[in-house]
Amino acid sequence: MDHIVIIGNGISGVTLARHIRKLSDKKITIISAETDYFFSRTALMYVYMGHMKFEHTQPYENWFWKKNRIELKKGYVKNVCTKSKTLHFDKGETMPYDKLIIATGSKPNKFGWPGQESNGVMGMYHKQDLENLEKHAPNKDVCKRAVIVGGGLIGIELAEMLNSRKIPVTFLVREDSFWNGVLPEGESEMINRHIKNHHIDLRLSTNLKEIKSDENGNVKSIIIEETGEEIACNVVGLTAGVTPNIDFLKDSEIELGRGVKVNRFLETNIKDVYAIGDCAEQHEAIGNRRPIEAVWYTGRMMGETLAQTICGNKIEYKPGHWFNSAKFLDIEYQTYGWVFGVRGRPEYEKHFHWKHSDDTKCITVAYNKDTNEFLGINTFGIRMRHETFDKWLTEKRNVDYVINHLSEANFDPEFYSKFENDILSTYNNQLQTA
Amino acid sequence: MSLAKPDAVDISNKQKIALAVGVIGLFVLVLALFNTNFPNKAVFLSLSLGLIIVGIVVYARDAYLNKLEGIKNDGVWFKSISSRGIWGWIVGIILTTFYIVLYFFPKYLGLGSDGEANSGLIGLFDPLSQLLSGRNASQWFVYGTLYTVAILAFGYKFMLKYRHNRYQQLRTVSVMFFQLGFAFLIPEFMYVMNNDLPYYDLKSMWPLNYYIFDEWSVNGFLSNGNIGLALILFGIISIFVISPILTYKYGKRWYCSWVCGCGGLAETAGDSFRQLSSKKMSAWKIERWLIHTVLVFSVLMTTAVIYTYLGYDKNDFWLTRDVFIALVIGFLTLVFAAVMFFKRQELGKDAKYGAIGFFVAITVLLVMHFTGTTENLFYVKASVLRSSYGIYIGSIFSGVIGTGFYPILGNRSWCRFGCPMAAVLGFQQRMFSKFRITTNGGQCISCGNCSNSCEMGIDVRAYAQKGENIVRSSCVGCGVCSAVCPRGVLKLENDSMEGRINPTEILLGNDVDLMDLVNKK
Repeated sequence: MDHIVIIGNGISGVTLARHIRKLSDKKITIISAETDYFFSRTALMYVYMGHMKFEHTQPYENWFWKKNRIELKKGYVKNVCTKSKTLHFDKGETMPYDKLIIATGSKPNKFGWPGQESNGVMGMYHKQDLENLEKHAPNKDVCKRAVIVGGGLIGIELAEMLNSRKIPVTFLVREDSFWNGVLPEGESEMINRHIKNHHIDLRLSTNLKEIKSDENGNVKSIIIEETGEEIACNVVGLTAGVTPNIDFLKDSEIELGRGVKVNRFLETNIKDVYAIGDCAEQHEAIGNRRPIEAVWYTGRMMGETLAQTICGNKIEYKPGHWFNSAKFLDIEYQTYGWVFGVRGRPEYEKHFHWKHSDDTKCITVAYNKDTNEFLGINTFGIRMRHETFDKWLTEKRNVDYVINHLSEANFDPEFYSKFENDILSTYNNQLQTA
Repeated sequence: MSLAKPDAVDISNKQKIALAVGVIGLFVLVLALFNTNFPNKAVFLSLSLGLIIVGIVVYARDAYLNKLEGIKNDGVWFKSISSRGIWGWIVGIILTTFYIVLYFFPKYLGLGSDGEANSGLIGLFDPLSQLLSGRNASQWFVYGTLYTVAILAFGYKFMLKYRHNRYQQLRTVSVMFFQLGFAFLIPEFMYVMNNDLPYYDLKSMWPLNYYIFDEWSVNGFLSNGNIGLALILFGIISIFVISPILTYKYGKRWYCSWVCGCGGLAETAGDSFRQLSSKKMSAWKIERWLIHTVLVFSVLMTTAVIYTYLGYDKNDFWLTRDVFIALVIGFLTLVFAAVMFFKRQELGKDAKYGAIGFFVAITVLLVMHFTGTTENLFYVKASVLRSSYGIYIGSIFSGVIGTGFYPILGNRSWCRFGCPMAAVLGFQQRMFSKFRITTNGGQCISCGNCSNSCEMGIDVRAYAQKGENIVRSSCVGCGVCSAVCPRGVLKLENDSMEGRINPTEILLGNDVDLMDLVNKK
């Protein structure tokens, strides 16, 4: 009987294991150095905020694994010998495998800032980061101020976390508007204002120069590159993106780029070794996607797909229409299809933007200016139906159709105010003036 | 779990003052309980209730209006009262004690017996009762008043907490309205108009209102001419006609979280405890057996009670014992047969066993009747069945455990494990209703906010992360899972029955061919 070994107990590895179990009787082992059981990484923030306890972030009860004959092994894999098909753990143990799946996810970027190893400097990715934050920022008396470096999704979540304990936050963002590498300017600027409304000290176009520590090695301040200003703080959150967590493979024969190089079947250059999730890097990007997709949903999809291949039905990783979501403090964000910010926007992509006067809701619809084909939508503060947009994208609807039928896609709770008419009249007005 | 439990963020000075004001209001009640003889009861009663309300209102305004609109759950698992800490246990014990005294020892609350005047706490409420209905207060009047005050004041707090959410606001206004009007004021005014009519909260239907078909109650209605007859007919129509129609269209939420008094208290005063309900599979198993057992108990009890006071001779009244038993058997058989015929595939193994067990109970009923047992329909006297139901289910389960244990078991343990009305509505919601919670394609990130905030202990995430709609008997449609979802994944809605239950293995967003291959198997 095949022994399937999965390194990493995140959404990718666990989805894969569940699907292999549904399809087969193979022996399955999941290895993790981080936690005993699978938990939802995206929910770590809610533990610090007191919305949930850590055990609530675990989607399956502890009996689930034994019942489904999925063995869980806590340990850190030090290196992989693909010739003998053996894993070597840091404590000297070994484990043989028949098929190996690398699903080790990411780790926070550190760009070699002076002082980045001081106590109180941390990412916000692993459970250990949460424990570290709890230690260095339990309340506003111990942590008088925190500085966050990097304006992405994890950065704003960390800001929200600290805010919930009334710890003052200075938020350094390299770009001249929050996350505008991804978001069009109207949206990005609305989020800037929302961040400031939460009394977060947002510093745009601002880079970190160095982190200073006291005689005990604890963070005491940071220096800003542009102005030389020194900001006293007890915690520095480094949230400038993530990189595949694959250092342990450096000495193996597995081909690495930034991540583990895989083909469309999620196979590496070595037979019987696969990679999925954040740590996998496609040889060539699929459509508009990036070669490395560090997103919850894509990890899950790769897990769903690879299970088929491992169980004898070899199929390509062929994701459908792009979608994603996030929450910026109180504003929910969903996206379906492709809407580009200034960076990387194709020449044919044009936008229709509508914003509500309360400055917490807006949408941006992207379309092809030559053919009028609907390309994608970003929606803030208004929930929309995944299924409807997936269908419209498949049917290649044009932008008029989408704007006129927007109410079919509404997913807000019952009795909420509706904005479709307002959106439509704004759309018609813009067309007339254009 | 190695994380130390952090201190909850301190409350503001204004909140501390508000708390103090509320506690002073409560303290007046405590003084009355220990027989302090207040000179002007009306003034002190107003003062007490007024301070309690002002305290809650000021606290709520300071807690929510100084922040931007949004989800306000910061620190609920840090605060002692809402995370089974020492304050949670203290409040739980005080509430439980109060319920025990209320149900079983009302004289300690100051209830005058044998025509004596009320004293103590109940005496304090005499002026209000005199004002509303011209009679002295009873322990139930005191309870009803405090209950209504709690729903109104905490309802206001809940509306501020969810001021960005119209669904939450409207249903809270609704439970506040039904409590104040239907449960509290209208019965008092009905008494003023006709003091022979039994107390009747129009919105409280059988089997939650388990005494409506008692002999004294039915006699009370029938001896009051057309109005009485209309009321009891309304009681029968409520459960057999109105409720099935509304539940088909909107799910059981129309009752449980928009109308019901138990639900009203749970959603307002109990809101801080919603996260405490157990989401374990084992709790769900207990729930299914317990709540349906209570339902069977209540059906058997009511049948036996009605049977006992019906006559044998159809010349006296068309509804004789024989006709009644035949009606009960006919109705239950019809329901059983219809479910087994149309919905067989939707029932789990244990649900089938349960249904069969239920049906066997009816057969026993049938056999016993026609083998000639008379007074003792179920070998136990109907009166014994009735009184044990009243004590164990009506008082201990719904009151002492249901509400007293809010800070321990969560705010809906009665609704979840015990309420026979919830069982009836839930059965229909699961089998025959347009209501569901729709899961938004593949957007779930398994964070668990939904499950955490489900007061009925439904593991909402287990469905959402499979892209599957949530169709569960127990769901009361409070909508909080949808509100707290950070990714806009959940929506309560009424739509067609077809495709309502949609288990999926591969979620939307992946390869369409793979979805076809796996999901359509």
